[in-house]
Amino acid sequence: MGLNTAPSPVSKEIARKSRPDGPAEPGQPLAEPAKEAWWYPFKKALPVYLFILPGVILFLVWTVYPLVNMFVMSFFQWNLVKPSIFLGFDNYARAFGDEIFWQALRNTIFYAVISVPGQLILGLAVALLVNQKLPFRAFFRTMFYLPVVSSWLVVSLIFMYLYNSQAGLLNYLLKDILHIIPSYQAWLQNPVTALFAICALGIWKGVGWTMVIFLAGLQSVPPTLYESAAMDGANTWRRFWHITLPLIRPTIVFATVMLSIGAFNVFIQVYVMTGGGPQHSTETLMTYMYSEAFKFLDLGYGAALSWIFAIGIFIISILEIRFLRRPVEY
Amino acid sequence: MQFRPRILLTTASLPNRWRKNFRRTEIAVIDRRNPFLVAAIYIILLFWTVISVVPLLYMVSTAFKPNQYVFEFPPKFIPDNPTTANFEKAWTSENFGLYFTNSLVVSVATTILILVLSSMMAFAFARYKFPGRTTLFYAILGTMMVPGLVLLIPQFVLAKNLGLLNSLHGLVIAYSANSAVNIFFLRGAFEEIPNDLQDAAAIDGAGIWSTFWRIMLPLVKPSLAAMAIFSFMGAWDEFTWALTSLSDEKLRTLPVALRLFQQSHGTQWGLVFAASLIAVVPVIIVFLVFQRYFIQGVSAGAVKG
Repeated sequence: MGLNTAPSPVSKEIARKSRPDGPAEPGQPLAEPAKEAWWYPFKKALPVYLFILPGVILFLVWTVYPLVNMFVMSFFQWNLVKPSIFLGFDNYARAFGDEIFWQALRNTIFYAVISVPGQLILGLAVALLVNQKLPFRAFFRTMFYLPVVSSWLVVSLIFMYLYNSQAGLLNYLLKDILHIIPSYQAWLQNPVTALFAICALGIWKGVGWTMVIFLAGLQSVPPTLYESAAMDGANTWRRFWHITLPLIRPTIVFATVMLSIGAFNVFIQVYVMTGGGPQHSTETLMTYMYSEAFKFLDLGYGAALSWIFAIGIFIISILEIRFLRRPVEY
Repeated sequence: MQFRPRILLTTASLPNRWRKNFRRTEIAVIDRRNPFLVAAIYIILLFWTVISVVPLLYMVSTAFKPNQYVFEFPPKFIPDNPTTANFEKAWTSENFGLYFTNSLVVSVATTILILVLSSMMAFAFARYKFPGRTTLFYAILGTMMVPGLVLLIPQFVLAKNLGLLNSLHGLVIAYSANSAVNIFFLRGAFEEIPNDLQDAAAIDGAGIWSTFWRIMLPLVKPSLAAMAIFSFMGAWDEFTWALTSLSDEKLRTLPVALRLFQQSHGTQWGLVFAASLIAVVPVIIVFLVFQRYFIQGVSAGAVKG
């Protein structure tokens, strides 16, 4: 009977099948029963959760909670002194009936429509030139990037001085040297020119950043494509149009979305240079929100305006990604 | 809908070994043997250099002008009687030394906090699988789409309730919270590290903290350096939040102090620009010294204000 005491391979097989959670081989320990519990992955990840906890708390407290609270605030007449009064949709209704809000919206769109393509085109042009293997290109790259690293506040002050109506460098250049304009202009005090002057500063400051982004994009284009295109007799322009441009499309989308978000956020230069004036001719969404909230202490209305901007910016970003991002195949 | 950040594909998001190849390639879009073409390129480059640099140089020259020459005509680039009186007056009369210290303290503290918090988050997102990882990551990334100023009002109310208004540590917390770009950027760096290293550490019994601190962090030093520079400059230049949240004169940072200084000395541009130079020169020096990291860490350039 000695033969029967050892379990046959068949009985082992049966024993394993009858206990699906059991070990595959007899020598191994039983799997922990806790593995079946729904919370097991969470328990296993506990060290990771503890590890990211400080960052997540900061994110929840400083970004998610304000986002929710802003939504709540936008339904109240909310200032920091008196208790809040529930208004329902009144703040939103007020915004859409507010002439200055529409003016600010028009100005901001104008700023975006001028400054975003301006930065994109100049940035791409400069990037293409700096990308050529020519002596001193590193020097040029550095010089073009200097406006980007200078603070917004300081460059706004510089441009106020350049735009000065008495002895500003711009007036001197345009009237006394180039004789383009008949008399000195008060660029920032004139409702017709003030917004253009602000756009010019935006483009001047942004080209360097756009250039660096495009340089990265240009260097991701495989050079073999240019070689084969050159062999096929494609000239410079056709190579640019049919190879470079389609292949850096992801970079163009990225730059466009980022620059648009920046443009809709335009604040410091307007706040410092014109304060939104004259007669709200340079009022932008952010300066209007800021003055409603912190000058007139109408934080509820400011919150409603902020929500309208946030949704607007989100929709514009999605639209830009949709329109610009098409698959490229080569 | 899953938002895949394919749009962020610049070379900085590529593995290092590819990036090296790209850096070596030259794109022959333009024939360099054509002297007219080369001359035209240089003329355009010089033209844009002049446009980029002249406003900054003009600030420098005005800062050295005695005040009666600020509105001289025609404007001069090399001042007739250069003087450092503006710097002395700005530094002594208006306490710019204190504001400089405030800015320095806030920027250094912000940089350290951002480096610690975002590298920990980025490491966990890059190297570990845990429930909720994708959701959390895209939630954080999604806040890149919410521009900073939109949340100014509720953050102001929050800071007021937490007692963080009118304090320098309030500034540090506010500046550190906005680090979605850093997390995204560093996550790419951590993902490039081969799995073997992490496996070896796990076999040796290293926990998440020692894996992170002893093995992973030293390997992403170049990315950390790039991030440190961007974070420092972002905090150094920040204006709006500091203006809104600080009311105590002694706590002002340089940009706020400059703005108020300009408002009270409206026409004394020499003085204003001397003070501006105190604020802008450290940043330009940092840029010139570390510009290699700037150009390489381009996609983190989205840190711009």
